[in-house]
Amino acid sequence: MCKTPLDHTLGEILTRKGISRRSFMKFCGAMTAALALPAHYTERVAAAVSAAKKPVLVWLEFQDCAGNTESLLRASSPTAAEIILDVLSVDYHETIMAAAGHQAEAALKQATAEKGSYLVVVEGSIPTKDGGIYCTIGGRTALDIAQEICGNALATITCGTCSAYCGLPAAAPNPTGAVGVTDAVPGITVINLPGCPMNVVNLTATIVHYLTFGELPPTDQFGRPFFAYGSKIHNDCERRPHFDAGQFVEEWGDGGHRAGWCLYKMGCKGPATYHNCALVRWNEETSWPIHAGHGCVGCSEPNFWDTMTPIYRRLPKVPGFGIEATADKIGLGVAATVGGAFALHGVASAVRAKVQPLQKSQIIVDEEDAS
Amino acid sequence: MAVSGKTITGQTGRIYVWEIPVRLTHWINVLAIVVLSFTGYYIGNPYVSASPREWFGAYFMGTIRFVHFTAAYIFIGSIALRTYWGFIGGNQWASWRALIPFITPEGRGKLKHALQYYTFLRREPPVILGHNALAGFTYALIVLLYFLQIFTGGALYGTVEPGSFWWTLTHWVFNIVSLQHLRLIHHLIMWFLIAFALQHVYSAFLVDVEEANGLLSSIFSGWKFIIPDKHRKDKAE
Repeated sequence: MCKTPLDHTLGEILTRKGISRRSFMKFCGAMTAALALPAHYTERVAAAVSAAKKPVLVWLEFQDCAGNTESLLRASSPTAAEIILDVLSVDYHETIMAAAGHQAEAALKQATAEKGSYLVVVEGSIPTKDGGIYCTIGGRTALDIAQEICGNALATITCGTCSAYCGLPAAAPNPTGAVGVTDAVPGITVINLPGCPMNVVNLTATIVHYLTFGELPPTDQFGRPFFAYGSKIHNDCERRPHFDAGQFVEEWGDGGHRAGWCLYKMGCKGPATYHNCALVRWNEETSWPIHAGHGCVGCSEPNFWDTMTPIYRRLPKVPGFGIEATADKIGLGVAATVGGAFALHGVASAVRAKVQPLQKSQIIVDEEDAS
Repeated sequence: MAVSGKTITGQTGRIYVWEIPVRLTHWINVLAIVVLSFTGYYIGNPYVSASPREWFGAYFMGTIRFVHFTAAYIFIGSIALRTYWGFIGGNQWASWRALIPFITPEGRGKLKHALQYYTFLRREPPVILGHNALAGFTYALIVLLYFLQIFTGGALYGTVEPGSFWWTLTHWVFNIVSLQHLRLIHHLIMWFLIAFALQHVYSAFLVDVEEANGLLSSIFSGWKFIIPDKHRKDKAE
């Protein structure tokens, strides 16, 4: 019987594609490191990945900017793009698939025919307002598609903050009623890989973890895997020594900025954001936002557009006050008002004491315990 | 060691009100709050920069944070001791009941008296051995702010290391409020406590002058004065 592509192991496919054992082991080493596993796990990862069958994977796009797809296509780490695009069978991906229209929809139907046999990657948030009409594909709403495809999947991986926590489309006042996958399809297995965009290393590592251990990696309360979101950007930042030394950029382009000092006072949200950007970096591991001289905006946190702004301020604005009123100005105002009020009270009390001296007989001991 | 009010006769001119744990925790709180406010404000807004050439400069923010965390633990210890003393160890003036005077009709009357005195509607100040009713009620709000400040501080501290003690205790709160807004709350409470401190010192000064019962020195010595003659007169009435 002739073997279909799905019958081949990943190892066989890689060999046929001419990927050397050396670069394959480099890839496995990188994945082991990304998963924060001890180095000796590399062999286990390699064995598991080579023996695994191609998992079927479909990629759904809803209210998105295709930024995570861009991130995927820009992947360059040891053959990660190869692994994802060629080896993991991406059977449906609107942006990169050759088919269109009815053919594309047929491909989706075919790939997801068997319940619980495929993985889904979701990119983009899902609108729920007005019956979900703000995002429809092939005449069906995103909500409808997500409920069917994600509901029957083995597991759903959300790529990017939009599909994980509804992201920018849900920024106040959330005109389309956008939600993330967890809220749109409750009760299914979801692993969140937020970020704007997500780092493809984390996507690959999540899949490798699944292939190696047969389960998805452990996650925090927001469904994010600990290996990638277990430490704050601030903890791993290359500018951290400048923070500890108290050396801060005071304005864009000043001496401290040019010297690579800490961006804390420029509103960097590294101290409030869990992500491994500082460790895995972007664009062939050359750089990442803080390395490039701009503070973190906290894109991998739930509701970051509402909670992490103003982007260039250390603290959020105080609800009910104007944007220029910082917590310190308000606090100082409160303290000054109280101080002023009691200073006036003191003057009034002094005047009273002169005008109306206190008679000893006026003092009433009303403490019973003194008896 | 606690001198019960019952042992005081009309002849006695002074009474031991604030026991050692009460005074000790009061002054530890004062020191801790001053240290925490200065270091905390610096952490939120590093308004001075230390030259790395200074001996402390290479780790200035790190040191400030260390002092903040250490002072926070001392503050927590102090609050824990005071809480114990308010519920179990202390005398009637240290009791938690002083914080909620409004639950009894008598307490409500005292609260009204104190309010009228402070708003110039009544001439004579409420003379009382422990906290006056209005002060007690204010302390209830302050204690609430203390616990909120400890909780938010612990939550912020816990975010540094998921899985740590403080993280385990507090990470659920981030389902309700974002980390940045928790930081904002922590920051604003500092200003409320500063505003309280101004009021507190002023009121203590005012009452000390008007009641003439040694209130200011009582927080150092523990002793307050009562007016026995007047007291006997009240009993006769």
